Amino acid sequence: MLTPLESEALLLSLRVGLVSVVFSLPVGLAVAWLLARRDFAGKTLLNGLIHLPLVLPPVVVGFALLVLFGRNGAVGSWLYQVFGITFAFDWKGAALASAVMAFPLMVRAMRLSLENVDRRLEAAARTLGAGRPKVFATITLPLMSPGILTGAILAFARSVGEFGATITFVSNIPGETRTLPLALYSLTQVPGGDQAAWRLTAISVALAMAALIASELVARRLDRRIRGAG
Amino acid sequence: MSAGIEFDIEKRLGEFHLAARLAAPASGITALFGRSGAGKTSIVNALAGLLKPDRGRIAVGGETLFDSERGIDLPPERRRLGYIFQEHRLFPHYSVKGNLLYGGKGGAKNGEAISFDTVVALLDIENLLTRRVAELSGGEKQRVAIGRALLASPRLLLMDEPLAALDAARKAEILPFIARLRDELHLSIIYVSHAMEEVVRLADTLALVDDGRIAAIGAVEELTSRIDLRPLTGRFEAGSVLRTVLRGHDATYGLSELTFPGGRLRVPHLSLPLGTVLRVRVHARDVVLANAPVSGLSIRNAFAGKVIEISPDQGPLVDLRIDIGNPAEPVMLWARITNRALHDLKLQLGSPVHALVKTVALDRPSPGRRETETEAS
Repeated sequence: MLTPLESEALLLSLRVGLVSVVFSLPVGLAVAWLLARRDFAGKTLLNGLIHLPLVLPPVVVGFALLVLFGRNGAVGSWLYQVFGITFAFDWKGAALASAVMAFPLMVRAMRLSLENVDRRLEAAARTLGAGRPKVFATITLPLMSPGILTGAILAFARSVGEFGATITFVSNIPGETRTLPLALYSLTQVPGGDQAAWRLTAISVALAMAALIASELVARRLDRRIRGAG
Repeated sequence: MSAGIEFDIEKRLGEFHLAARLAAPASGITALFGRSGAGKTSIVNALAGLLKPDRGRIAVGGETLFDSERGIDLPPERRRLGYIFQEHRLFPHYSVKGNLLYGGKGGAKNGEAISFDTVVALLDIENLLTRRVAELSGGEKQRVAIGRALLASPRLLLMDEPLAALDAARKAEILPFIARLRDELHLSIIYVSHAMEEVVRLADTLALVDDGRIAAIGAVEELTSRIDLRPLTGRFEAGSVLRTVLRGHDATYGLSELTFPGGRLRVPHLSLPLGTVLRVRVHARDVVLANAPVSGLSIRNAFAGKVIEISPDQGPLVDLRIDIGNPAEPVMLWARITNRALHDLKLQLGSPVHALVKTVALDRPSPGRRETETEAS
């Protein structure tokens, strides 16, 4: 059904998307919490920094990642020496690029849902003897779960579709960093690749649709549970 | 538990300045009464630890919860004060049972925890346990909220206008449950309200809150009959509260007889044991005055007394304070009549007068635990 090249690109895209979402989720949650609940010097700056990938050309982000996280980069060399982790020209680099590009979408969704959590319920929980960690785990987190889910799905979809930052940072290596969009791009660059390009396009559309429908179904169920109507 | 509730706190909230000081007994219901915006909720929030005072001290039952000088500020979860909010604040993602059990595990240190079954039975919420919050009526939600606070084993219950969001029928549904908390669980309660009927019905001690201060504190009967506090206890509410004892039943006419020093009142039958002490509220506008004994009227409750205070109001009305008690124990009754009537009846300070109270003009009396105990001893 799928050619080896197609399934390779699809599986790689799924892996990159999942890994980028799983690792950026806690960070996103922390940043969303900071932005929604805390006032501190430099809050506007942090907010701007996080939203940069939305407005910058992806190539700029990719280049910045290359400079920072390349084998000789400030962070990259340290990571390699201490942990033996390489991002450059590696699928993990593709996941990092995707995570950075998707981060503003994730934080936005989570911040919005956190701002909608009724703080009076949290206060009530504390008068019932629950400390801050318990209140967060049992009240705040469940009540913002639809936002977390939406953020995760948006970030996943964005990751699967990431192109510019990825190709700039980790290049276009078959089996390592050649995700669906990169494979599609490669096919359009060779004569007679149209047919195969169409097939990859269809796969991309199916993947995106599946993610959106799944998120819609889960979100509806979560929402019903939160509003206590189920 | 005997040291009661004490606080002396200051807090600036924008233009509003809270500077409230109070010492109340640990038992029974203490009402914080005042118009909205007077600072009642801020006081309760400060007690609960949800609002940090700029300076001051809060102690409950001998334990200091807040002391700005000593740097003490217990977080809300360690104060063990149950809080019933105006809105139920139930957790929508938990079932009724989940809500009830939310605070149940943490607080039971002193071995005085109230059991789950007791609370469920007391509040009559057995058949709601598996329901979701959204499926409950307003009154049911508030009952569950009370149960949830009780199960966290509080040493004191804070109730911030728990009935304000409910209609009259729901209010009537909840009131008896609150009385039961005091009478059966012997809980001390701080009860915030701007409805005098609720205060008279429930409270033992009344604290009047005005513009961020505690303007007066004392027994409900005493404060409501003080003319200087009228602006705070309310013009429309003007009336007197009598402390009476249930002395007899009249089966033929379906009446009960209440006595007070110097007189007796007949009210519609009450199914309560003889000897019960009841608080009866008489609105000043429901008292009719006569300068001689009257016959041929349908009013059965008539008391001889004398005028001891005349308090002119702007407009055509005047309030008279009548002592209808015996020489040793004065009992004050407020009457509101027109200036014209005052003049025609030639009433002045010291004038003998007959006060007539319509039976139906009495608020439904409610038992006050503290007085019941006093009476029994």
